[in-house]
Order: sequence, then structure tokens, then C-alpha cells
Amino acid sequence: MSPESFHTLYKLLGSVSGFIYPNELEIRWSILIVVYPYVTGLVAGAFILASLVKVFNVKDVQPVYRLSLLTALAFLLVAPLPLQAHLGRPERAYEIFLTPNLSSAMAMFGFVYAWYLMGVLLLEMWFEYRRDLVVWSREEKFPMSWIYWILSLFSRDVSERAVKFDMKAVRTITIIGIPSAFLLHGYVGFIFGSVKANPWWSSVLMPIVFLMSAIVSGIALVIVLYMVLIPLKGGKIDMKCLDTLTSYLFYAVIVDFSLEALDFIHRLYESEESIQILGVLIADKLMISLVVIQILLGMLIPAGILVAVKSMKFDPELRKLLYFVSAILIQIGIFSTRWNVVIGGQLFSKSFRGLTTYKMEMMGVEGLLVALVFLILPFIILGVLVKIFPPWKASELGEAKTS
Amino acid sequence: MYRRSFLKGLLWFISARIFSRNGVTRAIASTNPDTTATTHANGKSIIKGYDPTRHRYAMGIDVDKCIGCNRCVEACTVENDVPPEPFFTRTWVERYVIKKDKSVHVENISNGSDGPKERLEEADILRSFFVPKLCNQCENPPCVQVCPVGATFSTEDGVVLIDSERCIGCGYCIQACPYGARYLHPKTRTADKCTFCYHRIVKGMLPACVEVCPTGARVFGDLKNRASRLVRFERMNKIHVLKPHLNTHPKVYYADLDGEVR
Amino acid sequence: MFERIPEQIRRLAIVFVIVIGGTVVLRYFVLPPSLFETRLHRESTIQREVAKQVKFAGTTVCGGCHEDTATVKRKGFHKNLSCESCHGPAAMHTEDPMTVKPFAPRKRKFCPLCHEYDPSRPTGFPQINVTIHNPLKPCITCHNPHHPEPPTVPRECSACHAGIARTKAVSHHALIACTTCHRASRKHKVSPRRVKPTKPDTREFCGKCHREGSKRKDAPKIDLSTHGERYLCWECHYPHMPGVA
Repeated sequence: MSPESFHTLYKLLGSVSGFIYPNELEIRWSILIVVYPYVTGLVAGAFILASLVKVFNVKDVQPVYRLSLLTALAFLLVAPLPLQAHLGRPERAYEIFLTPNLSSAMAMFGFVYAWYLMGVLLLEMWFEYRRDLVVWSREEKFPMSWIYWILSLFSRDVSERAVKFDMKAVRTITIIGIPSAFLLHGYVGFIFGSVKANPWWSSVLMPIVFLMSAIVSGIALVIVLYMVLIPLKGGKIDMKCLDTLTSYLFYAVIVDFSLEALDFIHRLYESEESIQILGVLIADKLMISLVVIQILLGMLIPAGILVAVKSMKFDPELRKLLYFVSAILIQIGIFSTRWNVVIGGQLFSKSFRGLTTYKMEMMGVEGLLVALVFLILPFIILGVLVKIFPPWKASELGEAKTS
Repeated sequence: MYRRSFLKGLLWFISARIFSRNGVTRAIASTNPDTTATTHANGKSIIKGYDPTRHRYAMGIDVDKCIGCNRCVEACTVENDVPPEPFFTRTWVERYVIKKDKSVHVENISNGSDGPKERLEEADILRSFFVPKLCNQCENPPCVQVCPVGATFSTEDGVVLIDSERCIGCGYCIQACPYGARYLHPKTRTADKCTFCYHRIVKGMLPACVEVCPTGARVFGDLKNRASRLVRFERMNKIHVLKPHLNTHPKVYYADLDGEVR
Repeated sequence: MFERIPEQIRRLAIVFVIVIGGTVVLRYFVLPPSLFETRLHRESTIQREVAKQVKFAGTTVCGGCHEDTATVKRKGFHKNLSCESCHGPAAMHTEDPMTVKPFAPRKRKFCPLCHEYDPSRPTGFPQINVTIHNPLKPCITCHNPHHPEPPTVPRECSACHAGIARTKAVSHHALIACTTCHRASRKHKVSPRRVKPTKPDTREFCGKCHREGSKRKDAPKIDLSTHGERYLCWECHYPHMPGVA
């Protein structure tokens, strides 16, 4: 630890209000641990959106099916990085596979992650893209033709029977995939929800709230990406798809809001030992990030916009603008949700007698800059993925144009 | 096979002679070191002449005796190379002041600052006292439960230790500890906390904080030894532990603990 | 039979066999088993813990050489005090007594770490008010730390009972001397724990001033027969700060 961070901590000593245990001054889980559940949430959300198409046969959102899969993959690849970077001894991370402590929720991370990546996401994508990979390997020039051929595992069969089998496989994997996505993100919620020492975290609702907010953020992200990428590719946005997507987004927001409200009311009504300090926490430290950003900007305003759009007949251009704005607002709101859980849970003392302060680093490993890198990186990966595995066929883009 | 059952019998015999126990153990251990290795599959004792299964360490805190002199905290810092910064500590002393208007004022008197933040008017004080804090060496430790790589564990003699060569520094144990007893060591970048001075107690010495406590406010002992000071302490006092509702079963016992202490 | 399995499954199966097989080979044949042995890790942790250097030698060791001091100390109020409470860690000194000398506190600021008056300290623990207690003189000029007894019998109760004296000084009882209510024998001043001063043991004692019809004009009056008859007065009223608690 550098002398500068000691200097910061000495300064923090002065900004402690009330009494905290001495070791609680330093916020151990920093901005990177805010980024981690946010990114995993996007993975789970995007995947669940993709499953709507295959399992529940929602034909309207077919245009974003492949995009959702690619988004889930791009973010999944980045998800472990903030965790890794935040470790005190990152070079020892492999130990989690060597001697996993079976009673530890965190020890399961490696296994849940590996299962989701290998057993679900990559498998589903392979079946989904196999036919195209074979076709592209024939059409494209070297070296792309070789890459496609290797990725298709040297497959050549594009007969109707084979493609039909692919589709059946995709459906089966999706059915397994939904609980897996629930597991992936519910488990992140469980990591926090199972800490009995921390009343801000400790709640059975935590995994479910995490999951619902994950769905909200995932759908909102895919909406934004769809609205940005399609015009870039020279296509036309399918309004029917967008309307359906935003409807689902709206339902998810409502469920998420109800769950969070339930959690809040439950705490308030039970009024346990910790309620006083949690009240002070919200009033003193989380007013902006919880009440203003998470609830008002990230939930009530976008929900209001969506209600307005659904109940009134706006023309498509205005609708698009409003959808876009509410999806962005929701994105900011969900990031704020993660912040309030992770940082908020460490701001108050477990003695329930005081609060500490979080001073975010700028340049350090656990600083804002690194966090931004981890937030931007998935988009770069997604850019590459979209290039290699085009989510839309030229005909689809064109079709939208004519209709 | 015969040898094993013989040793078993021998051990049983020794444990029955609870009063002259220490002497017997030492005598046996010096002549036949194998006897002390009861639970180690490789048949060798980890610590020569010491059998962890025959001890169960715990600490008693006599709140009414603590004078808040901080000798314990300073001794701990020296003995265990605890970082000098006031925001990393293995043990600390809290001052509680309950005023006549029932408001509670708590401060850590071990952070190197001089005196209380606000001079309290004596006439306003209803009651006031010091409470030493440290790792509670729980029987049901949440930190051990959550450690992803199993780097922190309970020893057979009831102390929670950390493997500083395997800890990955994830900080989950720090979050899981209800008592704020753990910190991330700034040099090793691994979790660190009180070990009851494990290197001392296995040699029959007292933990450094107990050794230097001038008033006997800290009592250390072996729960499996009926003659230990701690067992007497448990017998003579009404005992309370910190945050019992969390079901951690701490092994730091407080006598005459005030209800305001958390 | 094999032909009937769809081509995709066969290809994926190969990949999975390679991945899983690779993991299994890595786990069971390549990596040394000691990596997975939690028991070994724990044993080495314990060994590392135990190997840590002891810095405080423990008070029993000191008496081995410093017999005279230990004998003196054994009889005084500091008998339960470990040598290293004041002298600091001395394990190095026990190994090399001539070159490594432990710390010997001689300054006036050391003893008040324990003995300065502090309202949070337990009552009865000897405490002084540093600003008025023989200012500037090092404690050891008058007190022998190995056998700390007041050099002269304290003239005033406040020398030890600073807290009570300070409270009483601002109360209605400010002008009443301690000896009006307490009788402290000379022995109490030498062995304060063994011989305790007396406390008023009847209601009539307080009644001398506070009963109805008493000659004291400025004292509040009560009817002794009806006012809290089953209790001694000081069980409810704190005599050093009456009327407040």
C-alpha cells in the first residue's frame, strides 16, 4: 500500500462521524466491486432477453436475439476482471480452483462462471451460428474463412436436418440457460445477502432484487445497443421490436421497483437494531445516489416516460428518442443501485454508531480510471464480436428498410 | 494396530488425570513424541511436544477492571508487527460514556489521538467505562465460512488463524466479521487479525496483551483445564458475549458488560 | 450406431472431452497433490505462526535474575503487574542481558498513563490530578514503582478520590468535609483496599440536617417516617451530588 493511500486514510479519520471500529475506516470493496455486479447483471439480463425469443417464442424481439447473445458474451468475458484486479494478491486467484472452500459463496464463482460461459453461452452461440459459420467459411477469404471453419469445429453439414437439430439444441440450452443465468446473478446477490454481519446487505430478497435489476439493466442495454448499431449498419430500426422490448423493460422495472420497495418497507416495519444507522446512512451519505439517481432518475422518471409513450400515440421518431432516454436513465440508475449496495453497505459501522466516507481513487488500481476501462472494454469486445459474427443478415437490414 | 490402540489407551489415561495434566503431558511428550499426535494422519505432531486437541483457548474481559491505559494495544503492536497506522489494529479499547440524557458516546482510545474529542462534563455522566475489543475467535466463525480458498480456519485448540501465504486478499472475511476484527495488512496485502498470540500460547505463555495488562482486566486460559484462571473467571462472573444474536459463539467472554456495548 | 449421433454432438463431444480430460490430467497428474492438500496448508500455517518471534519474555522469567526487585514488588500494590507492562518487551534482553537493555520509564508522563484521573476509570483505582499533584516532579522521586506507596500518608482524601472531590466541590455539599460522613482510619490510607472507610449506616444520620424540624435552615426537609422508609438515604440520593441524581 502506498504512502499516498495512508495519507488519504489519515484524512478520512477526520471525516468519520460518530464511532466506527478502527478497522472499518478503509472501504475494502471499492468501485471495482461496484462494476462487477453491474457487469454480471448485464450478462444475465441480456441472456434472459435472448431466451424470450427461443423459449417463449416472442417473435417480435427476434431482431435482437443474436445481439443479446453477443452482448452477454462480451460482458461475461470482462466480468471476472474487476474481481481479479481488486484482490490483494491477484496472482493467487487460481487458488479458488485448487482449494475451493465449499462453505464459501464466493468460492463458487469460478465454477458458476465456467459453467455459464462454457456450458451455456458458448454452446448456445455455437449452435446458433454453426450454419452461418459454415457458409461464411466458404464465402470469406483467407484468413477469415479458416477462422470460421475452425470455430465451426470443421463442420460442413448445412442440410435442413442438421440446421433443424441446431435449433432444437438452442432451445434446450436456453431452457437450461435461464436457471443458469438466474444462478449467475442470483449468486452475486447471495454473496451480499448472506453476510449476516451487515444489516444493509443481509436480506433474503437480495438475490431476487439483484436478478430483477439485472434483467432491467440487460434489456435497457440491448435497447441502447440496438438503437445505436442498426443505424450504424445502415439498417432501419424495427419499431415493433422496439415497442415490445420497451414493454418488457417496463414490466421488469415495475417488478424490480416493487421488490425494492418491499425490501425497504419490510426493513422499516421490522425496525431492527440497525434501522437508526441505516436511516442516517440514507439521509447523510446516499441521498443523491439512492433517492435522486437510483429511485427518481433511474426508476420513476423512465417508468413515467414509458407509461406516457405506451398510453399516448407519439410518432416513431419521438418514441425512439424517449425510449433511448429512458434506457440510458435506467442504465445510470442500475449502476447507482450497485453503488448503493456495495459502497453503502460499507459506509456505516457494524457498531451501528457511526459512518465513514468513501474517497474514490483516480489513478490507482482500484481507481475510477480502471473502473472506466472495465466498463468500456466490453463495448470494444462487442464491436469485434459484431464484426466477426454479424448479428443481422444484410437481408434483414434491408427488409426493415423496405417495410 | 496394537500400537495405535495402546497409544489411544495411554492418551485416555492421561486425559483422565486432569489435575496433574500438564506435568504428565510434558513427561510423556518428552519420552514419546508420537503420543501427542492424535489427529494428524501422518503420525507426526506439528508442534513438538504440544497436543492441540487437549486445549481450547479463550479470553475473559473484566470490563470493571479496565483502566484504558492502552498497554495491551501497544504490546500487541510490538509483539505481532501490527502496522503502526491507527486504522489497522488487532485489538483496541473503546471508551463508553453514557450521559444523563441517555445519549451514548463511544470513542476508540487506541488510535493515537490525545484524549477524548470533547471534554465531557463530569456532572453529565451517568456512567462510563472502557471495553477492550479483539478477534472473538468464534466457535462458529463467519470469516472461516466465507473464505473462498480456505485460507482462514479454526485450529483444534480453538484459535482462528490465517494462512498469509494462501490468502488472496479478497476481503470477504473482513466484510463477514461482525466485530470489525480484521483488516487487510498493507504490506502482505492479505487479511490479518488477532491470533491470541498463537506463537506464545503454544509455548505456555500468555498473549502479549494479557501479559502486560496492569489490572488483570484481560484473563486468558484454557477451557479444557479446570484449574485455569479463565474457568474460574467464568465461574465467578455473569458472562456475556458480543452480538450473541448472530450465533457466532465468541470465545471472548465479557464480565459485567453494559448493554450499550456493540 | 455412432453414425446416428448428430454430427454437431460428435464434434462438441471431442471439444468437451479435450477440455474436461485436460482439466482432469492437470488436476491429477500434472499439478503436485500438495497444492490441493488443505491439511498441509494448515499445518504449514501453524508452523509459521509458531515460529514467530516472541518479544515479551513474560514476567516469570524476569524474577530469575532480578530476584531482589521481584521480592520487593511481590509485596506491593504492583504485585500483579507484569514487569514488561512498564519496561516494555524484554525477550531480547533475556537473550543478551548485557547489550540489550529494556526501557525504564523515568519521566513524569509515564505513570499517568494509568494513574491520571479519568472519569471512565473504575472508582477506587488510585488516580491523581496531574496538574495539581506536585507539578513537574517525576513520579519516582517520591514513589518507588516496584513498591508504590504514598511517601507520606495523604493529607487529603482528594489525593486519591479526585473524582469524588471534583463532583462534591460543585454540589450543595461542597462545604461538608469528607470526615463528617466517613471515618477513615489511618490504616485505610496505607492499605486502601483492605481497610475501607465507613459510610453512614442509619437514616437518622442524614436526618440530622434533613429531618423536619432540624435546625439547619438551608437544608431541604423531609418526613423521615414516610419518605422512602425502607432504604438508606444514599441508596437513592448520591450524597456527593445531592439533588441531581
